[in-house]
Amino acid sequence: MLDFPLWKRISLWAVTLLLALLALPSIAMLSGTDVPAAVENYEVNLGLDLAGGSHILLEADPSQVAGQRLESLEESVRQELSNAEPRIQIGDVSTADGRLSFMLDDPSEIDRAREVLTPLMNGNSLVREWDLSVVDGNRIVLTQTEQGLDQAVDDAMESATDVVRRRIDDLGTREPTIIRQGDDRIVVQVPGLEDPEQLKDLLGQTARLEFKLVDANALPSDVAQGIANPGSELVPYAEDSDFAGNFEAVRRLGGIRGDSLTNAQQSFDQQTNEPVVSITFDAQGGARFAQLSTENVGRRFAIILDDEVISAPNFNEPILSGSAQISGGFTVESANALAISLRSGALPVDLTIIEERTVGPDLGRDSIVAGAIAMGIGSLMVIVVMIATYGRFGVYATIALALNVLMVLGVMAFMNTTLTLPGIAGFVLTIGAAVDANVLINERIREERKRGRRVVAAVETGYKEASRAIYDANVTNFIAGVLLFLFGSGPIRGFAVVLIIGLFTSVFTAVTLTRMWVAGWLRNKRPSEIHV
Amino acid sequence: MKLLKLVPDDTNIKFLKWRIPFYVVSVLLIAASWALVLTKGLNYGVDFAGGQEITGTFLEEQDAPIGELRDTVGTLGLGDPVIQRFGEANQVSIRVRLPESAEGDPAAANRISTQIIDTVTAEHPDFRVDSNNTVSGKVSGEFRATALQALLFAMVAIAAYIWIRFEWQFGVGALFALFHDVSLTLGMFALFQMEFSLQIIAAILAIIGYSLNDTIVVYDRIRENLKKYRRMHLPELLDLSVNETLARTVMTSLTLLIALLPLLLFGPASLFGMVAAIVLGVFVGTYSSVYMAAPILIWLGVDSNSFVPEESVADRQDKKARGEI
Repeated sequence: MLDFPLWKRISLWAVTLLLALLALPSIAMLSGTDVPAAVENYEVNLGLDLAGGSHILLEADPSQVAGQRLESLEESVRQELSNAEPRIQIGDVSTADGRLSFMLDDPSEIDRAREVLTPLMNGNSLVREWDLSVVDGNRIVLTQTEQGLDQAVDDAMESATDVVRRRIDDLGTREPTIIRQGDDRIVVQVPGLEDPEQLKDLLGQTARLEFKLVDANALPSDVAQGIANPGSELVPYAEDSDFAGNFEAVRRLGGIRGDSLTNAQQSFDQQTNEPVVSITFDAQGGARFAQLSTENVGRRFAIILDDEVISAPNFNEPILSGSAQISGGFTVESANALAISLRSGALPVDLTIIEERTVGPDLGRDSIVAGAIAMGIGSLMVIVVMIATYGRFGVYATIALALNVLMVLGVMAFMNTTLTLPGIAGFVLTIGAAVDANVLINERIREERKRGRRVVAAVETGYKEASRAIYDANVTNFIAGVLLFLFGSGPIRGFAVVLIIGLFTSVFTAVTLTRMWVAGWLRNKRPSEIHV
Repeated sequence: MKLLKLVPDDTNIKFLKWRIPFYVVSVLLIAASWALVLTKGLNYGVDFAGGQEITGTFLEEQDAPIGELRDTVGTLGLGDPVIQRFGEANQVSIRVRLPESAEGDPAAANRISTQIIDTVTAEHPDFRVDSNNTVSGKVSGEFRATALQALLFAMVAIAAYIWIRFEWQFGVGALFALFHDVSLTLGMFALFQMEFSLQIIAAILAIIGYSLNDTIVVYDRIRENLKKYRRMHLPELLDLSVNETLARTVMTSLTLLIALLPLLLFGPASLFGMVAAIVLGVFVGTYSSVYMAAPILIWLGVDSNSFVPEESVADRQDKKARGEI
């Protein structure tokens, strides 16, 4: 037990000093000193609760994706059946319960209809996307397959994550973290953000832009009562627009979607000096917009963003340049936000913010200082008590304690983990608990001496007998720590990380290192009496 | 140098003599804790209740004008805001429930926080917003579920480990001691209506781990003594084990406490609840490993044969062959 050959001593010291040295860049960073760029990679990350910044959890609604798929399936089915030679007539179309069902006018065409529709059932991907079944001989029912929907939700989330990333990059914030979580969530973390409101506005905006013709035949009295002509629908004005609270009747079909933009910029209207958003279509979108405007000169069209009318201006003349201006009660900020959203593309699904945590930059700095002071006082008191109680063995324990703190930080830096506010509590707890192993060992040595064992035998038995309890205690703490890590969210994980690393390093420093030192002392001085 | 001895060498306190009154008191305390949790309820923070919480500092004032804030923020029509001192005397936390319509609607949640901050800064331009948290009902529900799962999992997993390492009686004893610690901590939070957040769950899990340290040390010694003193009466043996490990129990609790107290007193305000829970847990956990975990072994029928491996048929034949029987 007390045998430490040279190679063992050298390797133990090497591990200890290496890990302790790894802590130095982090200590410099935490105390506010500039860290040389060469060692910057070996700093612990600071959690948002210490560095300041925003944590935002976004969630999509998978049923929205299901609805969109159903809608586009309906469009393709109608198109395929009417393109068939001869055309297949259908009626009684329904999209209730997440299924598309329709009746064939002529039941004898059922096999031909099935043949025409079969290619639609398997999408581009490898999974089968729709199930086709025939009911009562003349009704076709199309049901989404679970794999098909999962795949679609997955695709939608993947591209939503990209869109979110583009939007945040566009804001020019530094080092944002954007990761998908689970099936339908995205976590966004932006450190040191000045204006979280702007970020939230940006993420909450789906940015689905549509241009639809205003139904010129709609009677204002009908619109007021919520009645739309066949082929038209009522769309509310946006809250920030000039006509908030009113509705506009627009033609359902024949509009243009704004997903074919190449650019969007905030600018000012040349006449009114009002903030506007200038958009540029790609070639195809530009051509369609030119056609729409040419055919409808003098008529009004509605600019619809996320199912709300922003404004409904006139086509004064054909717009052939492929670019246009959107106006409608914008401020510079809201116009800028919309421009960013449009540039980054529309979100394939609406994202709602279900959790947001923002910490100001000053609070984190205060917390680090307060935590460091408390840790200093606490360690000092532990050191005094340990030395007063165990003398020389207390000195060994406190050196081990100091090395332990450095090593925890060093391992954290090496593994690139994050230090959070509860992590500071974890450090203090580790300081208080790490000496437990030494207490166990030293008390046992006291006991063994009392029973009359000689010095070396007492020390040896002390280490041996105490190590069983130390081992069990650390395993149970490890179980608690792992559960803490698995179940905890960001800051709590930081606490768990410190505790878990602390368990390993404290066994190393408090048991192995002190044993090496005690063994060295016993060998060199051969004391006949020890004060424990 | 004369070394400090917190527990004199010849300490022999008859802990187990008083086990029944102590048990009665502890069971009553557990019952009282649960009664408090069920009647008074826990003061859930935004993590578990959902809603919006803004914390901030009045940079140029000695004391946060809490009464005034209750009046001004209370009249905004945001339901019943909870306004508390938070850390220093000039720091506050303002908590409101989100109206149903604002759930998941960032614009509405934004408006509410802007409204509150504008109202406060109109009167007090020195108000600095330190943090702003919004948690929807869905997420807070998930937090409640995972917190409960984590606590149950931890208790069961640890009890199972003790069972494997010792005997089933020890596992039950440890589980009961943990249940005691968790119950009393919850009871304290219900009694003083301190904010109950995710951090407190983390604290309780840490307590579970550390309270168990004590229990294990005592159990380890009991096991050792059971093998050593085969004829000793169990209550006597338990007393001996507890007394032998008492110096260590006191010392470890002491180092934990003196490390934690400065953090409680001078540490960051947002850690206060968490550290308070751990400090409380150190006391409760030390007590429970002496008075809950050890005596229960008597009632669960541990005896000196618990750790003697049962002889197998082969062993017996061996012995017979050697003429030992």
